[in-house]
Amino acid sequence: MTTATQTATTGAAALPTVRRRRRRRRVNMRAVWRTLGMVLIVVWCLAPFYWMLITSFRQVDFTYDNALYPKHVTFDNYKAIFKGSNHFGRALFNSIVIGVVVTLFAMIVGVTCAYAIARLHFRGKFAVLGLILAASMFPGVALVTPLFQFFTNIHWLGTYQALIIPDLSFALPLCVYVLASFFTQMPWELEQAAKVDGASPGQAFRMVILPLAAPGLFTAAILVFLSVWNEYLLASQLSNGNPNVAPVTYAIATFSGSDPRIVPYTSIMAAGVVVTIPLVLVVLLFQRRIVSGLTAGGVKG
Amino acid sequence: MTAATGQLPEQVEGAGQDRERRRRRARASRGDSRLAWRLILPTIVLLVVVIGYPVVYAVVKSMQLDKADAGINPSTGFFEQGGKFVGLKYYRYWFNCNCPNGTNGHEFWPSVQTTLIFTVITVAFEVVLGTMMAMVMHRAFKGRAIVRAAILVPWAIPTAVTARLWEYMFQPHGVVNSVLGTNIIWTGSVWPARWTVMLGDIWKTTPFIALLVLAGLQVIPDELYESARVDGANALQRFTAITLPLVKPALLVAVLFRVLDVLRIFDLPYILTHGANQTTTLSILAVNELRSSQNAAAALSTITFVFIFLVAFVLVKVFSVNVVQTQARTVKA
Repeated sequence: MTTATQTATTGAAALPTVRRRRRRRRVNMRAVWRTLGMVLIVVWCLAPFYWMLITSFRQVDFTYDNALYPKHVTFDNYKAIFKGSNHFGRALFNSIVIGVVVTLFAMIVGVTCAYAIARLHFRGKFAVLGLILAASMFPGVALVTPLFQFFTNIHWLGTYQALIIPDLSFALPLCVYVLASFFTQMPWELEQAAKVDGASPGQAFRMVILPLAAPGLFTAAILVFLSVWNEYLLASQLSNGNPNVAPVTYAIATFSGSDPRIVPYTSIMAAGVVVTIPLVLVVLLFQRRIVSGLTAGGVKG
Repeated sequence: MTAATGQLPEQVEGAGQDRERRRRRARASRGDSRLAWRLILPTIVLLVVVIGYPVVYAVVKSMQLDKADAGINPSTGFFEQGGKFVGLKYYRYWFNCNCPNGTNGHEFWPSVQTTLIFTVITVAFEVVLGTMMAMVMHRAFKGRAIVRAAILVPWAIPTAVTARLWEYMFQPHGVVNSVLGTNIIWTGSVWPARWTVMLGDIWKTTPFIALLVLAGLQVIPDELYESARVDGANALQRFTAITLPLVKPALLVAVLFRVLDVLRIFDLPYILTHGANQTTTLSILAVNELRSSQNAAAALSTITFVFIFLVAFVLVKVFSVNVVQTQARTVKA
């Protein structure tokens, strides 16, 4: 770097060919480092996932085989997870029910709030923003102990409503934040333009605003659904171990085999893949949107 | 988010016209205001129900005698019923409990320590690694899509799954020992167990920091680097004088979010080590206490909440992070 600077400042015109060659080599070196860095990042991020994937296809007897490539391949683990006493299929169903209900509810309530924050001028906007941000960062443990007690008293432990309502505490603020960020970026002038062109307010909304907002609504819904799908603390306590309502995170955490002394890791990894693959696919398909939603909403990990 | 940053000062015009316009705007914004609050109200009401009510409930319960502790009070000799007001009894129980080893009360200060250790170490690693990842991604044009896709994978995996995966990888005969050529019983002693948990957290959440920093990097104009290079600044100087100050707001918000997030960490250590070998965090301790004394658990969750709130307050003051404003700006950008 210093030599390059010197040539640049002292012998600017003196050695053009040497300089060019040197710069080209430096650029190449930098490209090499960059590629190396990228490979490192990709390996670091994907290696554990890869390990989960190939373990899920490994025969149980070779649980600790540790070969870094697929070996002793079998599909038995995927069959095994739906048998036994883990209620895995039911847990998947429960997670979908809880996720869909919470997402729909959060979207319906949150969309008006986000619209107001993004589009209207009113006093106390900062306070509202701060409140919603504080709510999104609220520690779950401060909710789980009182809710456990409260739901015990009203006999709600182990019911769907006990798993759905508390999830709004983080789903709703997240939804409002992501939506508000999308709404502020939307070209609202188009609504005016449509009206000028003779569209009724209803038509302007239906034919102009809704199609424009749809991607934002969709992204918000995905992010909210993901966060509900991944929730564990509230679910683990408020489901009270009832397999009829417990979500899939709880099933994975307590997954056991027929022999209590042996942990069936190959099956657990298969269950993990089943739980994760849909999310990974959705995230990869909509990565651009999700990244913008993530950075705008400051979504927790 | 123009309104958040305040209305622009109006241009100087004729006084009468100006007054007329202001009056019209005031009327409009009053209407706006009413509509806005009507639109916001459902969200606020719901948040009060699902957050406000439980918090108040916890505070009230934490000052009442738990049913499990009802009985003859040894110091007074009177019978005490559950629900009797006991003031700060349970708070004292946590703060200075001379409880025997192995009880939850004994675990309070160690769990505070564990939580703080987790927070400091993981956030430090995540910030450094996340910034490095962001810089690599920022300068990469060809493979950026692949890297960004890869970086989202750990983030998308549910923490419960990560915990089981980590549990498996860090088994004595697991792949980590096999690759490293070591024979460490990872979850068998204090620091290996802590590192197992922390590595899981670092792996999972570094992408979040990387993406936030990348968003910050992308708004820095290239000309700044170009002119610095012309002025003879080397790579390190360019990093410390341009990159760092300009991504600082994004980075500070990321740090704040991460700190608040790790302070309440639960899933990973709870599933991975069940809190053994001093990996019990405040959240785990409160949940464990639920099964013995719910009111004491309520006190502990209140302590945890107030503690996290105070940390957030101090961080915002010290770093003068204006989260709302930075958020508003990100929302705008």
